[in-house]
Order: sequence, then structure tokens, then C-alpha cells
Amino acid sequence: METILTVSNLTKKFGALTAVKDLSFTIEKGNVYGILGPNGSGKSTTLGIVLNVVNKTSGSFRWFEGKTSTHQALKKVGAIIERPNFYPYMSALQNLKLVCRIKEVPESRIQEKLELVGLWDRRDSKFRTYSLGMKQRLAIASALLNDPEILILDEPTNGLDPQGIHQIRVLIKKIAAQGTTILLASHLLDEVEKVCTHVVILRKGHNLYTGKVDGMLASHGFFELKARDNKALKAFLEKQGSFSHFTEENGLLTAYLEEPLESDRLNTLCFENGMALLHLVKRKESLEEQFLAITARQEAATGKTENL
Amino acid sequence: MKRLLQIEFIKLWNNRSSKLLIVAYFSFILLIALVTSIKIDWGPLKFNVADIGIFNFPYIWHFNTFMVAFLKVFLAIVIVSMISNEYSNKTIKQNLIDGLSKKEFIASKFLTIVVLAAASTLFVFLVSLILGLMHSNYNEFSIIFSDLEYLAAYFVKLLGFFSFCFFVGMLIKRSAFALGFVFIWFMAVEFIPWIYLTSKYSKDFADSIYRFFPFGSFWNTISEPFTRLSVIQNAARQVGEEISKDYTVHGFQLLIVLAWTAVFIYLSYALLKKRDL
Repeated sequence: METILTVSNLTKKFGALTAVKDLSFTIEKGNVYGILGPNGSGKSTTLGIVLNVVNKTSGSFRWFEGKTSTHQALKKVGAIIERPNFYPYMSALQNLKLVCRIKEVPESRIQEKLELVGLWDRRDSKFRTYSLGMKQRLAIASALLNDPEILILDEPTNGLDPQGIHQIRVLIKKIAAQGTTILLASHLLDEVEKVCTHVVILRKGHNLYTGKVDGMLASHGFFELKARDNKALKAFLEKQGSFSHFTEENGLLTAYLEEPLESDRLNTLCFENGMALLHLVKRKESLEEQFLAITARQEAATGKTENL
Repeated sequence: MKRLLQIEFIKLWNNRSSKLLIVAYFSFILLIALVTSIKIDWGPLKFNVADIGIFNFPYIWHFNTFMVAFLKVFLAIVIVSMISNEYSNKTIKQNLIDGLSKKEFIASKFLTIVVLAAASTLFVFLVSLILGLMHSNYNEFSIIFSDLEYLAAYFVKLLGFFSFCFFVGMLIKRSAFALGFVFIWFMAVEFIPWIYLTSKYSKDFADSIYRFFPFGSFWNTISEPFTRLSVIQNAARQVGEEISKDYTVHGFQLLIVLAWTAVFIYLSYALLKKRDL
């Protein structure tokens, strides 16, 4: 598989503060990646470094297997960092014409991209008259002008109203469906969960996890169960041996799997042992639960007690 | 190179205040030329600037380049704001992300400075040529096109000054503060110490030091043209003073300015390279 970006042992210090510590990951073509982490975890700094606007302290990164210089590589990348940055006194069209010159692509693509983000009708309005949602969409159009190999979005829905958030997410999915590799930095877990296939989890500049969203905890998921007698059910399942632990809340028994077990098999087992289930749902941990579990594990490992 | 100029041109020309200042700058040159060439003839009051001889070739090259150079402050505002705008709109960051290298960014700004200085030089040349052809007492081809080194000095002077403004803009990032810094530098580091040295020792001593400073080096490219006028010289002679002064353009002085230009552009680049945006 083609590698788009390789980051190895990247470190960035701002004075005494280490914003990114010994970070390594690779981005392969065709996947949708999420960089996940709370505010201040080093997401934007990492993106800033690979995008040539922040100087690294140590480590290295390579675009497209190191075949071109970084600024040439960036012409094949579309990126928006933090806020949409354009010349406020210029119209959308003038701003995009400028970007075309910088990226060395023909101006003929402007119409297509502006139509994609729904701003063609407003092309002659000055950038400063745009709402935040429109600015963000213009930024996406601008990032797409060169038909990039990879689209990098940093907190694309930050500060938008629900309608704006929805528009951006629909747009991201549309772009992902066309096969563009996407790298999405966000502190919003459901955002990453809804769009991404792979995830890099950062906390205070540390890399906690890199890999597929599904494989984050190597977990087999859990069952939500309810029977007439939950105690008897729990006793039976403890004896059965497929589960690691149980929690009970609002009359719903949650049983966490230790080994693979399908729901039809569990249902049969229970019924054969004289327990009819009122409720049976098999679920995977949400990204949010996995994220909390991973950060909790990390804290336990380093022996720190910090309040998030 | 054409691409870099086009990029900067789009940024500059779509900015209303920059456009206004550039247009105002060139209009001012024209306006002053027109006003000075008006003959005042109000009955008993007759006055014609041309009679003093300031429009005579080749003196006009000296006089006009010296006078018009004061207007460079207009373009200084344009240059400082074209840097500070990039920082305040964070477009410098986006430019780099979009694939402009830091070197190209500096180059596009520097090329614009060169073009502005060249355009101004060309404009002064044309205006002076026309004024001279209208009013000069000498119209021989060889006289018209003598002493053109004043135009070269004018170009270098503008280039050096604009590069200084460019660097200060990069350093301070805000146009008002940057212009303030340029002014404070001029007063506190150069002008006031120069006056002090002149009064304490001599003007020659002060000049010999300050010709190496930024503003001092710009100032010394073109000497003042007033005492060269025959009217003034005659007046001086009547009070028993003989004005003997070197009015020529010195290549060494231009080299000092060009050295500053290189230093300022390099420092701007080094600054951008080191900075986290």
C-alpha cells in the first residue's frame, strides 16, 4: 500500500513545555484517519509540523516516501488548520484564484469546487461577509482545488451551529467516498467515530494508540441483558466463563466478553438453562468508552492521578 | 518569478487601501510636477519656478530624485501593511500550507519591492524628462541624458528603505507599531545622535559615521541639490561664502545601501524560518 506520510519520533518543545513527544505514525492511502485527543494534546502542533509552519525540535517526517521536498509535497495536500484563513477584503473567487497560483493548478477547477461546497452563488461576496460555516466550507473548497492525495482537516466543525456541523460532515463523507485519504483532527469522539477507519490517540503529546478504530481495545464487545431474575442470570454467566466482568444499571446487566461469543449462541445457552431473556443486545464499546479506557489505563501505568 | 509577482499582485491590488496609497503616491509626484511648473502671473506679482533653473537638464535629475524621494513614506505604509496583513489574517500560514515555500514567500515580497522601486524610478524619469523638455534652457541630447546616475541612486535608495520597512514589518508584525518603530529608529538611533555629533564635533565627522547606518546610508546616496543652484550660489557669494561641495553620486555609498538591503532581506528570511506560525 502507498504511504502518504511517515512520522517518526517527532518531538516539539515550546520552551519547557513538550507539546509533542516522540510521536510516530504512518498514513496509508485510501483510509480515513482521526487524530483524537483533548484540547492541548498536541494535535494542531503535529499537523503544523508536517505542514511546514511549525519547526520540529527533533525527529523526522516524510511525505510520499520522501520523493519530493516538503513544499512541493504540500501542493499535493489540501489542509485547513484551526480557522479558515483568507484575505478578508477579497471575494471567494479572488481568494481561490490566489490559491490556484500558489498550488500551480488551473483556475478552471474553481467553479466545480465552489459548487461542491454550495458557495458558487456567493462567489463574488467578500470573505469577511461570510458566516463561519461558509468560511469553513470555502476553506474545504480551497483545500480541494488541487484534487489532493490527502485532505487534512483540523477541528473542521469547531464553533459551528448544528446545521453547519451537519453540512461539514456530509461533505467529509462525500469526499471520503470519492477515495480521498482524509486526516481529521478532533476532540469530538463521535465525529471521529462517525467518519474514521483508523485513529491516532494523543494525550499531552504522547501517542496512546495507533491503528484501526475497531481494534483499539482488542475487545470482543459486550452484551446488554435482562431477565426476570438478573441475579440468577449473572450467576449462570459467571459460571459459563466467557465474560470478564459485569455491571448492572437500571435493571440492565452488562456483561463484558473475554472471548468471542455470538448473540444467537448466548441466547440458546440461556434458554437451554431455563432462563428466558427479556432483552439481548450485543454492542461494541463506543470510541468514547474506549478512549476513556485507554487514557485511564495510561494513567494507571504511569501512576499519575490527574483530573481531566 | 512571474508566478510570485502575480501572487503578490493579486493580494496587493485587491486591497483597497494599498491600491489607494499606490495611486495617491504616483498622483502626488505628478501633482507636484504640475504645481511647480505653473507660472504665477497676477499683475504685479510674477513668479515662475522654472526661472530659478530647477528644470534645467541635467540638474533636474538631481533635484527631482532628491525631492520625490521624500514621498517614499507612502509606499512604506503599503509595504509594512502588506506584511502585517499576512500575519493578522494568518494568511502567511495558509500560504505556506498551500505549498508556497518560505523562500518563495520572501521572494514574492522582495520582488514586489523591487518592482515598486523600479516603477517609481521610471515614473520620476518620465516626469522629469517631460518637465525638462518643457522648461529646460538646454535641450541637447547629450546634456539631457547626462547625470543619469541620480536615477540609479534613487532606485537604490528606495530599495534600501523599502527593505528596511519590510524587515521591520516581519519583525513586529503590526503595521502601526512597525511604522512607529521605523520612526523611532530614525529619530533615536540616527537623527538625534547625528545632530549631537555634528554640534559636538563636526558635520563631516558625524556623516563619516552615519553614512554606514541604514537611514544615514539612504540619505547620503543623493546629496542636497539646493546649494548647487546658481541663485543660491550667487547669494552665498554676495555674503562672501564660497560653496564648494561634492554633489556626485558615489558608488561606494550605493554599495553600503545594497549591503543593508541584503542584510534586511536575509534577516527577514531567517526570522520566518525560525518562527513557529
